[in-house]
Amino acid sequence: MGTEALHDLTAAYALDALDPTDRARYEAHLAQCDECREELASFTETAASLAYAVESPAPPPQLRERILETARAERPNVVPLRPRWAVPAAATAVVAVAAAIALAVWATSLSGKLDRARDARSAQERVAAILGSADARAFSAGRGRVVVTPNGSAALVVTQLRPAREGMRYEAWVADTGAPRRAGMFDARDGVTAVALGRRVAPGATVMVTEEKEAGANAPTHAPLITVKTS
Amino acid sequence: MNRKREHHESVAMGQTVSTMSRAFAHLSDEAVVALIARSDEQALAELYDRLGHVAYGLAVRVVRNGALAEDAVQDAFLTVWRNASTFMPERAKASTWVLTLVHRRAVDLVRREQRRRAEPLEAAGDPAGEGSAADAVWLRYERERVQDALRRLPDQQREALELAYYGGFSQSELAERLGQPIGTIKSRMFSGLARLRELLAEPMPEERTWEPKPSTT
Repeated sequence: MGTEALHDLTAAYALDALDPTDRARYEAHLAQCDECREELASFTETAASLAYAVESPAPPPQLRERILETARAERPNVVPLRPRWAVPAAATAVVAVAAAIALAVWATSLSGKLDRARDARSAQERVAAILGSADARAFSAGRGRVVVTPNGSAALVVTQLRPAREGMRYEAWVADTGAPRRAGMFDARDGVTAVALGRRVAPGATVMVTEEKEAGANAPTHAPLITVKTS
Repeated sequence: MNRKREHHESVAMGQTVSTMSRAFAHLSDEAVVALIARSDEQALAELYDRLGHVAYGLAVRVVRNGALAEDAVQDAFLTVWRNASTFMPERAKASTWVLTLVHRRAVDLVRREQRRRAEPLEAAGDPAGEGSAADAVWLRYERERVQDALRRLPDQQREALELAYYGGFSQSELAERLGQPIGTIKSRMFSGLARLRELLAEPMPEERTWEPKPSTT
């Protein structure tokens, strides 16, 4: 599907009227298209106003109690590690659509043995799927943010990552109980860098980023530039 | 949108409200979400009190089942609870965020459960309960405003928007149901939503200028 055709899906996406395949494609496109993000933000607000046209029964009182009890039981679940104004807004990986609206993410490719272009495309789709997952949980530390779905698929979002030095690239690592294991090479992008990690992230595992020679390293060669613990 | 917020607040402050919500009455929805990001449970309760009614009404309309609607609303508010720190007020209103989460969840549920729209609507909730009087007035105003805009859309555009948004039909399901090419459906959705956006941006006609008035329901 070409870019034009994807652009045309904005209204349908705002109405949640896309089939799953188109939805995933559109979300991947969204990560790269400023124009669509702007249009979607506006259309989403219009679509949400349709909720007010419904003549609605009041919700049962026990619903309120159940929501508050469940929330209380989870607390403190995601306590921001720093005041929110200190977190670059674009680093936020959002959940579901509003997430996508807010999303200022340029997905980058993980290098691999496959053809770069094809790989880039599927990597973007994976990032969009993870950031768009309603069940995902997010963890932040410094400029890094890790979003993990219940099955362990994870995306790393970093703001203001400077380009790696000549001949070098960034490498992501996942450390669980043992030594850090390779989770993909990537390059910095202007503003926000987002990558789908090439390894599942178990609860409590730590995600790290180091700068390594282009071929990658078998173990981190220096202290990580970014460390995000997922607990 | 500031216009609406001012109305809402001026009404909310003049009414008898619970102690809990009085503490938050001066805050915008977005400020309430910022408190939720700091794990403030009372702020979550406040957001629910502001948006729970509309959220539940929307969910019931889409899933046509009280229990499933409760699930959709609960999921949405817990998503807000867990992810409030990621919310970007400069990109979207908090109410848009919450209603978008509810809608997405409701549509996913209705597609998964295959509870199709032909089924009769189950009795759900308490139709007489309208929350606080201030909320009731506000909701009625907003309902009339959006219903009015919908009525002014061309029939085919309105049909496409309503079947998609309230019916939970995907564009390919709609194409099949209406016997139209998918491109036609796509373009009706696009034109309809663009036109609705224009209509909602128009100021209310003079005689419809909204005044706070006691709820009669």
